[in-house]
Amino acid sequence: MSRPSIAAATSRSAKRMALIAVAAVVVVFLVLKAVEDLRQFATVTLSGLTLAALYFVVASGFTLIFGLMRVVNMAHGSLYLLGGYLALEVQSRWFREEKGLGISLSGNAGVEYGLLGWLVPLVVATLVIGFLGVAFQQVFLRRNQGQDLRQALITIALSVIIADQMLAAFGGVSQEIAVPSWWPTSITLPGEVRFGFFRGVVVIGAALLIGLALWLIIKRTRFGKIVRAGVDDRDMVSALGINVNLVFVGAFFLGAALAGFGGVLGGTMISLAPGHDAAFLLNSLIVVIIGGMGSLGGAAIGALALGLVDSYADVYLVFGGTDLTNYSVIVTFALLVGVLAVRPLGIFGRPA
Amino acid sequence: MNPTVSTTRLAWPVLGVVVVLAAIAPLLVSGFFLSVILTKALWLGIAAASLIFLAAYGGMVSLAQVGIYGIAGMTYANLVLADGGVAAAWDPYLALVVALVVATVVGLGFGWIAARSEGIYFLMITLAFSVLVFYFFSQVTGLSGFGGINSVDLPGIVGSPESDPVPRYFLTLVVAVLVFLGLAALSRTAFGLGLQGVRDEPARMHALGFNVLLHRTLAFGIAAFVAGVAGVLSVFYNGRITPGSINLAQTIDILIIAVIGGLYRLEGAWIGAFTYALIDNYSREWVPQVGNVLGPARFNTLIGVLFLIIVLASPGGIIGIWDRAKAKLGNADRNAGAGSGAGRRGADRQRPETPDQRTVPQER
Repeated sequence: MSRPSIAAATSRSAKRMALIAVAAVVVVFLVLKAVEDLRQFATVTLSGLTLAALYFVVASGFTLIFGLMRVVNMAHGSLYLLGGYLALEVQSRWFREEKGLGISLSGNAGVEYGLLGWLVPLVVATLVIGFLGVAFQQVFLRRNQGQDLRQALITIALSVIIADQMLAAFGGVSQEIAVPSWWPTSITLPGEVRFGFFRGVVVIGAALLIGLALWLIIKRTRFGKIVRAGVDDRDMVSALGINVNLVFVGAFFLGAALAGFGGVLGGTMISLAPGHDAAFLLNSLIVVIIGGMGSLGGAAIGALALGLVDSYADVYLVFGGTDLTNYSVIVTFALLVGVLAVRPLGIFGRPA
Repeated sequence: MNPTVSTTRLAWPVLGVVVVLAAIAPLLVSGFFLSVILTKALWLGIAAASLIFLAAYGGMVSLAQVGIYGIAGMTYANLVLADGGVAAAWDPYLALVVALVVATVVGLGFGWIAARSEGIYFLMITLAFSVLVFYFFSQVTGLSGFGGINSVDLPGIVGSPESDPVPRYFLTLVVAVLVFLGLAALSRTAFGLGLQGVRDEPARMHALGFNVLLHRTLAFGIAAFVAGVAGVLSVFYNGRITPGSINLAQTIDILIIAVIGGLYRLEGAWIGAFTYALIDNYSREWVPQVGNVLGPARFNTLIGVLFLIIVLASPGGIIGIWDRAKAKLGNADRNAGAGSGAGRRGADRQRPETPDQRTVPQER
């Protein structure tokens, strides 16, 4: 927009100092809390990490699509929730075997699922959402390439329609995807810290695997090479004779599939209900705004920051008798504003 | 980009006819239509106008407007006598002023942060702001009551809408006309022209000595004030405010209204709002039930499809369709008279007398 002048540079470094000071205060505060009750601190941190893992899975798809195509996929949250619902549908249609009388008072009691009963819905939902994303891209977005506002409006329209149709098809009641029955509910870490098995092992493991796989794809494969080149200069890539449209299809498939995959993880770990689409669209937005849009490392940093801040703010905003945990949104907001004030394009953001 | 300095010329006769029609509307239509369609369309239009003002003159498509009008509405509802919230029982007029000041100040703050980014980044950041405001009010039940603030005390000028909706209608109408004229006049001041310059050529304007960030931030503050007006009027209209009425769906609804009407002309706000209110109310009667997919309860699907069609077919919205039709007709007349086909190619794209439409902020 404008070239940085000397005045702007000094005001920026002043802002950076202020931000560092705030960060130092936060760190000291957390250390004090950790000394106070180490076990609680470990649990809260772990829960923040699981949230971060889930945010990363969803937001990495968002940032991948944005980075290559400059498409802000506002339907990303809808794809997330739809993925979860699809998995739930597959699970209850194909794998639900009533035991005993089939009468259960509390939802899934009396129903057992094997490993396949969770994995097959995961794979089906991920693939279907991936293809749905490709369909969106080919039918609606391809012809409007380069008009980023119009593309955002199109995906908003799609998200409105999907949200309403999901409400019609799956109702407004909160539902959960069942985990394989033989998985333990919790694990015990050194120091008597008990933590949920699914949250702690499966979700974090999946996020690490996905992060590694994406990193390998982006850094080591031909596809990744084209994607990286495309992020920097799309016109030049297509001028070199590479079928950019095919690469777009691949990237959109991958990005949407990650939303669907995240939906299955989230639907198992938290729940599925109307409104979660908006929540995860917001989470993805914040993650990529903080981390820098289009950057995979940025998505990881942003997800970590958001997950940990969410988790700490939900527990530690109690000062003496006053409970301020209701106000935890303000901390999230402060994180967003703090990063934007110093780096308007996010931590790893680069001008388009 | 088109370097022509653009000022929207108002079609004064059309505006006059519309305002006169609106003024005698209480004689022509039922009380139900007056409240549910016209009053609602007027205040929704004000909210959409704040978005269109930023988009058309500042090149900033902001989704924070609902968040800001929520802040104004919540501030007002908390300060007056009400069921839920703080219920400070202030004088409604004082509360009104404070609510608008709070909304404007918060808007300036949001603007100062968001105005550093452009285009699609701006859209995302403002969307995040708006949704965070929603989460704030749904979590802090001390400010939003449990499920909203009900039976909010209204200022005397509104009267008692249950028995007589006419005073509230006229109040909303007068405010809407003032907002329209005010924003249109503002766009022709030095500030308004500077803003349009910043929209088209930020680097050149910077080189000319204009403070780009300041122009954008101030524009955002003005739009926040207008959004705050809409927020207070929404409380007058509903008599209550809930966190659910300022959520993502409402944020998108205001965007839909602006886009349906036409994102690049202020008039579009009220045309879109009127269309929206009509569809909202009457679609439930004539939409057939098609399985689970379509039906009276599936209003959002209907409006989403309409939105999609508008975005795909006519980015200028209903106003855009009107302008194009008029340009074609006018051109045909002129061509017949002068026997020249020179203007035809240009007219196919946009109406020639409003060059500002060609500088739509969608291409960066």
